[in-house]
Amino acid sequence: MNLSNVDSLPHVLPELTLVATAIVVLVADLAVTRKHWLGDLALVGVAVSALLVAANAGGPSGWLFSQMIVHDPFAVFFKLLFALAAIAALWMSLGSREVEGVSQGEYYALLVAATLGMYLMAAAANLLMAYLALELVSLTSYVLTGFRRHDRRGGEAALKYLIYGGVASGMMIYGMSWIYGLTGTMDFIRISVSVLNGQHDRLTLFVALLLTLTGLGYKVAAVPFHMWVPDVYTGAPIPIAAFLSVASKAAGFALLLRFFYPGLSSLAADGTWAYVSGVDWPRLGLVLSMVTMTLGNLAALSQRNLKRLLAYSSIAHAGYMLMGFVVLSNDGIRAVLFYMAAYYIMNLGAFLVVMIVANATGSEDIEGYRGLAWRGGAVPAVAMTLFLFSLTGLPPLVGFIGKFYLFAAVVQQQLYLLAVVGVLNSVVSLYYYARVVRTMFLDFPVGDEARVRVGIHNGLLLWGLSVAAIVLGIYWAPLIALADRSAKFFMG
Amino acid sequence: MDHLLSWMIFTPVAGMAAILCLPSRAHAPIKWTAAAATVPPLLLGVWLFVNFDRADPGFQFVEHYKWIPSYNIEYFLGVDGLSIAMVLLTALLSFLCIFASWGIEKGVKGYFALFLLLDAAMMGVFVALDFFLFYIFWEVMLLPMYFLIGIWGGPRREYAAIKFFLYTLLGSVLMLIVMLALYFSQTPHTFDMTKLMAAHGTYAYGLQVALWVALFIGFAIKIPAFPFHTWLPDAHVEAPTAISVILAGILLKMGAYGILRINYGILPEATADLAFYFLGALGAFNIVYGALCAMAQTDLKKLVAYSSISHMGYVMLGMASFTAIGIDGAVLQMFNHGTVTAMLFLLVGVIYDRAHHREIDGFGGLAAVMPVYTGVTALAFFAALGLPGLSAFVSEVLVLLGAWQKYPVLTAIGASAVVLTAGYLLWTMQRMFLGARNEKYAGLPEINGRELFTLAPLAAIVVVLGVYPQAMLDLMRASLHSINQMVQPYL
Repeated sequence: MNLSNVDSLPHVLPELTLVATAIVVLVADLAVTRKHWLGDLALVGVAVSALLVAANAGGPSGWLFSQMIVHDPFAVFFKLLFALAAIAALWMSLGSREVEGVSQGEYYALLVAATLGMYLMAAAANLLMAYLALELVSLTSYVLTGFRRHDRRGGEAALKYLIYGGVASGMMIYGMSWIYGLTGTMDFIRISVSVLNGQHDRLTLFVALLLTLTGLGYKVAAVPFHMWVPDVYTGAPIPIAAFLSVASKAAGFALLLRFFYPGLSSLAADGTWAYVSGVDWPRLGLVLSMVTMTLGNLAALSQRNLKRLLAYSSIAHAGYMLMGFVVLSNDGIRAVLFYMAAYYIMNLGAFLVVMIVANATGSEDIEGYRGLAWRGGAVPAVAMTLFLFSLTGLPPLVGFIGKFYLFAAVVQQQLYLLAVVGVLNSVVSLYYYARVVRTMFLDFPVGDEARVRVGIHNGLLLWGLSVAAIVLGIYWAPLIALADRSAKFFMG
Repeated sequence: MDHLLSWMIFTPVAGMAAILCLPSRAHAPIKWTAAAATVPPLLLGVWLFVNFDRADPGFQFVEHYKWIPSYNIEYFLGVDGLSIAMVLLTALLSFLCIFASWGIEKGVKGYFALFLLLDAAMMGVFVALDFFLFYIFWEVMLLPMYFLIGIWGGPRREYAAIKFFLYTLLGSVLMLIVMLALYFSQTPHTFDMTKLMAAHGTYAYGLQVALWVALFIGFAIKIPAFPFHTWLPDAHVEAPTAISVILAGILLKMGAYGILRINYGILPEATADLAFYFLGALGAFNIVYGALCAMAQTDLKKLVAYSSISHMGYVMLGMASFTAIGIDGAVLQMFNHGTVTAMLFLLVGVIYDRAHHREIDGFGGLAAVMPVYTGVTALAFFAALGLPGLSAFVSEVLVLLGAWQKYPVLTAIGASAVVLTAGYLLWTMQRMFLGARNEKYAGLPEINGRELFTLAPLAAIVVVLGVYPQAMLDLMRASLHSINQMVQPYL
């Protein structure tokens, strides 16, 4: 299936819904006085879009808009993930003190627009489309990060994000132009064919890939393109930090997988892939993965601010996910998809607890969590413990299953060194996660800390994520089945 | 009886759920619920003991269900002679430790809920026959343990808790890689331990050795074998009494259990080659080193903790002998050490509750103040130092007899430590109970009924097994023989 522009329109209803939602929210901002309606409106719009994605999930795979974007199970999986992440971020924004004061219309419209960009990133089948989608996500993210205009940290974060992002995206488009120059096409599949058949200069191709990887590495926060992460997560409003850590990273991985798998490898009948370009990109990814997880974990050890800690931990998790990327098999892709879903639950959950505590105490420092369990915050403290231990990878929580599949994929390919580095990193990560747990349970309040209350609004999401973290840790067959079905690209 | 083993695992979980529904101020109902939840496993354990077919070396009371079919992960339980001894120990000590925890006042609800979760996980480790399931139970145990030491422990509890957690996690993640490597080595891929055992000849030798060492590190941390033992004194000293009992009585056994079940059963070739160095020599070293360290302690609890390290050395030495008598002795020693050391830690708890310190030299002449306590302590000490007629004597002798046939020098070294053990225990007795009465403690109340209730069953077992060890040996012999037979061809 390869549809022209007009014929494609019925197949992009979810995207169109998001466009409409963003516009409606912006216009409604002028009309309504009770601004939280805008958030509800955006929530409904994204939810409808998610339903449309789900409704069309089983449809035939194919190219839309003359091979600009692709509809396949892989894209559907990520779109659902982005929609769910946007819903969670909107939900959190509605219950956040930080977001109360800002201009609501733009805020919600930008969040919806960022989601749209992510949808397109997951579905892009063309370098140009990929770049445009990536920039849509980036630009909206810059603004959202600095949305609290009078907050100095926010401004600093947005500026850093913008500058680093600009450089990364410049390098990326430079690399893409090399690829175009070499192969004469911007279409992923034709690039693949050209690389497979052509007599391209290896070094040129290598440099082109390296440059492209820069932009994508930046999005997924892989070392050495990770410098922006701690500052941006610390400066951004918590719902946005949560959204970026989950959705933006996932979008980066979606594009990474689609570009490097169908674009630069060939698929054998038994489900294993082989790189075709003469450029051993899995080895590149292997080094990237090990360095990323190790550096992220080591840097997290000394953090005192919980948002910063989660920022470094999210760098480490990018490293874990890269383990699945380098494996060159469908099992590896499936493991990344599963991990994404697990990461959604546990990382959003962790940020939600940070927000609940920040709402009550105004503090994001670990010190502010002293004796949390003993001053009314037993529910968020227990939930936080679940999320953090899940991030560590302890059973019976969903994070363990995620790591299990990643390690399984790595061990199956006999990359034992990577597996050992991965598990050692889990041990290191336990130390700083447990430090938070210790502060919440093992330290006792000194007396002057604010009591923590969880409202119904935030509580609902908190319970939902906590239950999901446990249930999917004990019975995850449906989720792995979904990841399995989704780990397939449409390649024409 | 259907699903007997599942009931043993999940009644404590049900108890935990019930406790979580109770209001946190209802201390008495919480404690009684916890006690009630540990009774069914104990009764089922007795039933198991009676109905276990002693002639059958294979797995009995098997439960087998699909769990995650796409990855061949199964809910697969069963017991053989090796696990049944550990299951009985777990059921008994969990029940007794609830009563040993009766004095807990802080965070009662959390304590008993976590305790029951720990109980369930321990039970699960000993009966799981699917490697994945085994791993889950193994890891689940860490969480409650971390909190139980970290919240209800002594002054340096946080340090001890995180040290315990990090050490054991390091061991278990290495196990994870081994588990995956074994899984992928088979077609069709499987975590089924019985199938992995049946396929033991198919693993490449180099891989076997690598996997064996990784597993050994994981299990040695639990045993704990030198040089992976340093978490143990810290954890023991800081943990509340009941948790020390569980740690020494059950958790340490998991290391030895894992080696016998997985290293011996699945990687027999590597076991045959490596046992001398990793189990024999290290075991003998453990015996002497633990005893010497124990001798140097002034804190009673630390002394008992180091004596545990020493006594677990016998288990390693016995396993390494590959003789029927040595392995029988090793597993019997696992059981006996569980009961004896549980007594010792309970007794330390009794005196600590009264005097609020554990300095051996701080006491003196306690025999006159607390005659009953002194009597029970004397029994436990004599059992620990291996007095004939008490249970530990039998197992230590079996171990030494078995090991002598293979490694006379190591055995001589290990046996010489018996003198050290007798030395530090008798010296401790003398300093605490005999000699001039320390007037400061002239008014210490005698051991009470509840405390005696926790000690009496253990004391009875120590005496009965000292006189009639056959009761346990019959239970284990057939299965241990079959485990030993797996290794024999490679020796």
